[in-house]
Amino acid sequence: MDVVMLSRLQFAATVFFHFIFVPLTLGLSILIAWMETRYVMTGDEVWKTHTRFWGKLFLINFTLGVVTGITLEFQFGTNWSRYSEYVGDIFGSLLAIEATVAFFLESTFLAVWVFGWNKISAKAHCFCFWLVTVGGNISALWIILANGFMQHPVGYALNTDLGRAELASFYDVVTNSFAWGMYVHTVFAAWALGGFFVLGVSSWHLLRQHETDFFRRSFRLAAPWTLLMVIIVAGTGDLNGKDVAREQPAKLAAMEAHWETATHVPFHLLLVPDEENEQNSVEALSIPNLMSLISFGDSAAEIKGLKDFPKEDRPPVLVTFLTFRLMVALGVFFIILAAVAVMQRKRENMSPKLLTCLVWNIPLPYLALGLGWAVAEIGRQPWIVYGLMRTQDAVSPLAPTSVSVSLMAFILIYTLLGVLDIYLLRKYALKGPRGVEA
Amino acid sequence: MFETIWFILWMLLWAVYFILDGFDLGIGTLLPFLGKNEQDKRIMYACAGPFWDGNEVWLIAAGGVTFAAFPKAYAVMFSALYAPLLILLFGLILRAVSFEFRDKVESSLWRGLWDVVHFVANLVPSVLLGVAFANLFMGLPIDAKGVYHGSLLQLLSPYGLCGGILFLAIFVLHGALWLVIKSEDRLQLRALATVNFMWPLVLILLAIFLWLTKTSTHLFDNYISNPALFALPILALGGFIGTRLLLSAGKAWLAWASHGLFILCLTFFGVSGLYPGLILSSLDPAASVTIMNGSSSDLTLKIMLGVCLVMVPIVIAYQVWMYRLFSAPVRAKDIESSVY
Repeated sequence: MDVVMLSRLQFAATVFFHFIFVPLTLGLSILIAWMETRYVMTGDEVWKTHTRFWGKLFLINFTLGVVTGITLEFQFGTNWSRYSEYVGDIFGSLLAIEATVAFFLESTFLAVWVFGWNKISAKAHCFCFWLVTVGGNISALWIILANGFMQHPVGYALNTDLGRAELASFYDVVTNSFAWGMYVHTVFAAWALGGFFVLGVSSWHLLRQHETDFFRRSFRLAAPWTLLMVIIVAGTGDLNGKDVAREQPAKLAAMEAHWETATHVPFHLLLVPDEENEQNSVEALSIPNLMSLISFGDSAAEIKGLKDFPKEDRPPVLVTFLTFRLMVALGVFFIILAAVAVMQRKRENMSPKLLTCLVWNIPLPYLALGLGWAVAEIGRQPWIVYGLMRTQDAVSPLAPTSVSVSLMAFILIYTLLGVLDIYLLRKYALKGPRGVEA
Repeated sequence: MFETIWFILWMLLWAVYFILDGFDLGIGTLLPFLGKNEQDKRIMYACAGPFWDGNEVWLIAAGGVTFAAFPKAYAVMFSALYAPLLILLFGLILRAVSFEFRDKVESSLWRGLWDVVHFVANLVPSVLLGVAFANLFMGLPIDAKGVYHGSLLQLLSPYGLCGGILFLAIFVLHGALWLVIKSEDRLQLRALATVNFMWPLVLILLAIFLWLTKTSTHLFDNYISNPALFALPILALGGFIGTRLLLSAGKAWLAWASHGLFILCLTFFGVSGLYPGLILSSLDPAASVTIMNGSSSDLTLKIMLGVCLVMVPIVIAYQVWMYRLFSAPVRAKDIESSVY
């Protein structure tokens, strides 16, 4: 394999691993902040136990999120040095702002929160966790603004003397509507994931009649929240799709495996793409005009087909199509599951089927979020910065062996850490609130 | 002008990182030597506990600022130093995980394993930071396109290794000083003994390093053409001697701060010698990345300066607050009652 492919694999492996931890950090933090707020407002010790129990799981997860994030910052320089040089003027500043505005806030106040239970007032302690929550969610904003620049570059000018893109309008970069669309979709998805995590762990205990009062409370808090979030995720996803249709027509065509330019494009519920022959081998259960409608809000709209893009400008069709379809299918499933959870949340005896379903559902939101990123990033290919720089031109001048070795090291260490993390999360999740009563 | 301001800020961020993360890297390296039993070990972890994560963010900030202000330097430095930087990264990852995971399972084998990981994951990054900076002082074999023509072993030249050992020794001394502040009884006495042992050692290593700097680098050229800069090494030496005197006077906090001043001035002393260079080429001086050919546009530099002038004082303010909140020595009973 060449350096480009190895570096892409390494970035994909490390970014997906990182993205196992980040959504739970974002999603669980806001629920914990809410639990602690209720403790401060009511003085009810049970809410304090909730804060500590879920807080412990949060911490196990948080550390890995932080350290695997450093990997990504390093890799822009180590593996994508041509890219860093070309757009660092814009992209680098967004990362630097993320560190100064968000990371310090998050890490400092989390330390105060962990070690300061008896050192500051309950109100101040709760406020610290809100700062952690805000820090985490702001850091997501800056990193997605940076990614948004790669998806839909705005606010730059080309400097031909230095051979790079330079910042022309900071305002345009930070108000990039494409990036904001991605941000809200991602953050609400992460909040939904946090909700499903709480529902899943609570269901495990409720199924076994452990600490039923405690976990019913967690369940009741999380169920309506999760339903609200998954509905918003669907809405923002629809808006994202329209942004893609407008700004990245080749990605849209790949997401839908749409080959021929046409108007009144139908949506095929069943579809099997045949990339080699530039067609679909199966198209069935079609709903007329639907794809035109969801892409452009107009049932007659024309959608450009893949064949009208030069081959070297097309993203890989099958992967983009499959990841997108699977993500959407999971989204539909989540709405149904969360709705049932909301309907049953006040019952004394919730259906064991529902609870079992929620336990087994824990990994699925992770999968859905990973798939979402796969659509965004694979669908952007062959570009690293859409329309501006190709991925193959962005890589560092490295020997393939260096990257092979580092890729293997990453896989080894990350697998080990992943296994340990799941082991510890499971251990403390199953232990229940008794493990944290000091 | 913005380029020069950013050069100074760049030095400052690295120096703050060394001062802050330096002490917890040092404590981690001292763990097997000073942590004679489980209680002492837990106290040593707790001495760094609330601080290390916030400290490490200064590295992310220093890296981010290099990317933002000097993208070409960032690109060349990180790709040329590929292997050492990734090893540094693995070290930082394992260090963080060892802090978080060590006490999560009641088993002496589990703890013992994480103690080994913790030691290695503090030792190796300390050395590598020194090796990396020594090589930056010496210049890297890069061509005009920023392509690196060297190997990992080449980075471990006598000068590179000397830099690594010097950094390690300074961090260990810095960590021992922190332990004097934060611990009590036997552990504190052991930390004091470590300071007494390390102080002259650092002085000797420093002398060797400076002598090698004279023979293997051009850092002193800036000093000869602008003698006012000699204030930096004099201040550094003052800070270093001050550490000793203040500690003898029983002022542990001031001794640690004085050692921090030493690290600050030493970093400034080294990096100022590069000015206006950022990454010097040892193959061809014309291929060097400097603040003239490696900086971001004026607009980016201005915006980032604004961001830093607003945010960095705020960050320092709340970090100082946090340090004060946890300034009391760690006592044996704190360890028993802590749930995390």
